[in-house]
Amino acid sequence: MRTSLVGLMSATALLAGAASANAQDTIKIGLVMTLSGQFADAGIQMENGIKTYMKQFGDTVAGRKIEIIRKDSGGMAPDVAKRLTQELVVRDKVDIIAGFVLTPNALAAGDVSAEAKKFMVVMNAATSIVTTKSPYMARTSVTLPQVAETFGKWAATKAGVKKTYSMVTDYGPGHDFEAGFVRAFKEAGGEVIGSVRFPVANPDFSAFIQRAKDINPESIMIFVPGGAQPAALGKALAERGVDPNKTKILGSGETTAEQALKSMGDASLGIITAWHYDYTDKNPKNVEFVKVFNEIAKRNPDFFSIGGYDGMHLIYETLKKTGGKTDGDSLIAAAKGMKWDSPRGPMSIDPDTRDVVQTIYIRKVEKVGGEPINVVIDKVENVKDPVKARMPK
Amino acid sequence: MTSTSAALAGPHEHLRAQDRWRAIEVVFWLATLLPFLVTPNYLSLASQVAITALFALSLDLILGYAGIVSLGHAAFFGFGAYAAGILSKHGWGEPLSGLLFAGIAAGLLGYLMSFIIARFRHLALIMITLGFGLLLLEAANSAGWLTGGADGLQGVRMWPLLGMFRFDLYGFTAYWYSLILLFLLFLVSRRLINSPFGLSLRGIRENSTRMRAIGAESRAHIRKIYTISAAMAGIAGGLLTQTTETVSLGVLDFQRSADILVILVLGGAGRLYGGLIGAIIFLVARDQFSGINPQYWYFPIGVLLVVVVLFLPGGILGGLAQITGSERFQRMVRPLMVWRGKSP
Repeated sequence: MRTSLVGLMSATALLAGAASANAQDTIKIGLVMTLSGQFADAGIQMENGIKTYMKQFGDTVAGRKIEIIRKDSGGMAPDVAKRLTQELVVRDKVDIIAGFVLTPNALAAGDVSAEAKKFMVVMNAATSIVTTKSPYMARTSVTLPQVAETFGKWAATKAGVKKTYSMVTDYGPGHDFEAGFVRAFKEAGGEVIGSVRFPVANPDFSAFIQRAKDINPESIMIFVPGGAQPAALGKALAERGVDPNKTKILGSGETTAEQALKSMGDASLGIITAWHYDYTDKNPKNVEFVKVFNEIAKRNPDFFSIGGYDGMHLIYETLKKTGGKTDGDSLIAAAKGMKWDSPRGPMSIDPDTRDVVQTIYIRKVEKVGGEPINVVIDKVENVKDPVKARMPK
Repeated sequence: MTSTSAALAGPHEHLRAQDRWRAIEVVFWLATLLPFLVTPNYLSLASQVAITALFALSLDLILGYAGIVSLGHAAFFGFGAYAAGILSKHGWGEPLSGLLFAGIAAGLLGYLMSFIIARFRHLALIMITLGFGLLLLEAANSAGWLTGGADGLQGVRMWPLLGMFRFDLYGFTAYWYSLILLFLLFLVSRRLINSPFGLSLRGIRENSTRMRAIGAESRAHIRKIYTISAAMAGIAGGLLTQTTETVSLGVLDFQRSADILVILVLGGAGRLYGGLIGAIIFLVARDQFSGINPQYWYFPIGVLLVVVVLFLPGGILGGLAQITGSERFQRMVRPLMVWRGKSP
């Protein structure tokens, strides 16, 4: 009897949802992001990217107005993220779910997307498995293995690095980056001569850098989370006399993000990183994007922003393709294989995995006009997520 | 007044008087059914309120009644959450036995911890519980093979409750499941507190040296209540895992320990309903404020806290009790009481 009651309740709710969707012309997008706490800045930059897109391309698609509903999931809280997503679907009757800065939050929300058959766009969360959680999910950010494995292979083949010393932060993304880099590096003939992991909350890198210096490796592979740590790392490198031009320093894009470069100063010169986006890129789309972004946010965009921007692009274009139809099946079908020119360069959605396919840029920090910036020295095009490519189909 | 007359009649009379159900309590528990009828779209929030209330109740047992300060109670909540999650991941998704497992696991951990806890008081306890919480968080972070590390535990799948009720998108099953468990464990706590054991806990809170002097086994009592409290926190954690089918490091976070303390202080520590009222107010306020402004919603919550601590030192319930207990209020309501034939 109880089950029938539940059935009845959900049926009426679904009917009510369908009716309200027909009755009004707006398309509701529910954004779940981290807007408070430790990861607030990431959420805010993502939102700025979304706002920039809506300023450039308006808030009407396929004759229907777009309405945004924002929710704050706080920090790493999949239970909260899942509940908020549930509420967006059940209470606010949203048509599309988007946002998601952190992997655990995106994974939890994936269940809701799968059950409610809602199109979900992941605008950051960078662990490979995220998109496997729901058949209605697509991602417009990046996957860490995409960067790490591309970089590992590039280092061993193009840069001719034979040996490296691995230094990563002892937490999920650090492990993932290390695993990806080392795997590709070894496959291409490289050798890892040692490794060390720093605690997440340890901004004093001197002892670790000294240990690496004593071994005197040909190169050092480094992963630290963005924020205050890259600056501390840069200082430690300079103090211990590790010259990036002699010992190659290979890192992920966060290591040389805008703020990190500013605080590192000249200590950053020569560091080589791999990443999918940098605000200094000179292609016209990016110049325009950075300009409008600055009008809105009074600062420069970062990779969270581009994830949000391209996420909105994907939503707009799929809606155009479906003629305003918002059911999960139509939208994900439209999203599969979609290609476009983003400010980051050409990108597309893999029709098999619904994950992002894009160019990975290899950059070196050089002084341009007195400021250290990331200068692209090489690029690898059409990179798919390597982890899912290896998964049995 | 009832309390003075009961005190004159001896402690057993006093306890019996405390144990009697008041009309307001019946109204409160009936009101917990309202979300089913009034706000069926808020059931998943309601179930999180019930789980948080249970967690707050578990902290109240040790903090409010036995005076054991803890800044790391999330350790047991998280331990239970992971226990339930890991059990389900390895193929046993039956909710009730999973919950029992979570409770026993957290209770065992609490029992071991209680030997340390019983030796210290006040500031030392804060440091110990805080450190213990952080240690467990780091342990869970590094044991990625078991807990899934920073990505959270993957593959938690619950079987339908009692083989019939699936955990649905609307949170219908989740709410009545959490509510029934909250009610049952509330009954247990109520019985516990209104027993001679509960009375001696209050004695320990007020003056532990004197309790020892009159021959009460302070440490054994503390060990007992700490274990019970840990098991209850574990069950609350297990409930969260089962109703959301997710577990991540967030369940062990310091923030959770701090939030639950805030909730208890807000509602009123040392009162059975304190944690319950605190959880309702905190989570509903958070939901509403963060709906209005997702970025700065902590601000009004902070103001609320400051106001409560400044003007109602005993929490919301403590404040209410103060108001209803005052001469003026008594004078005001006396005519009503007489009218209802209940002359005080």
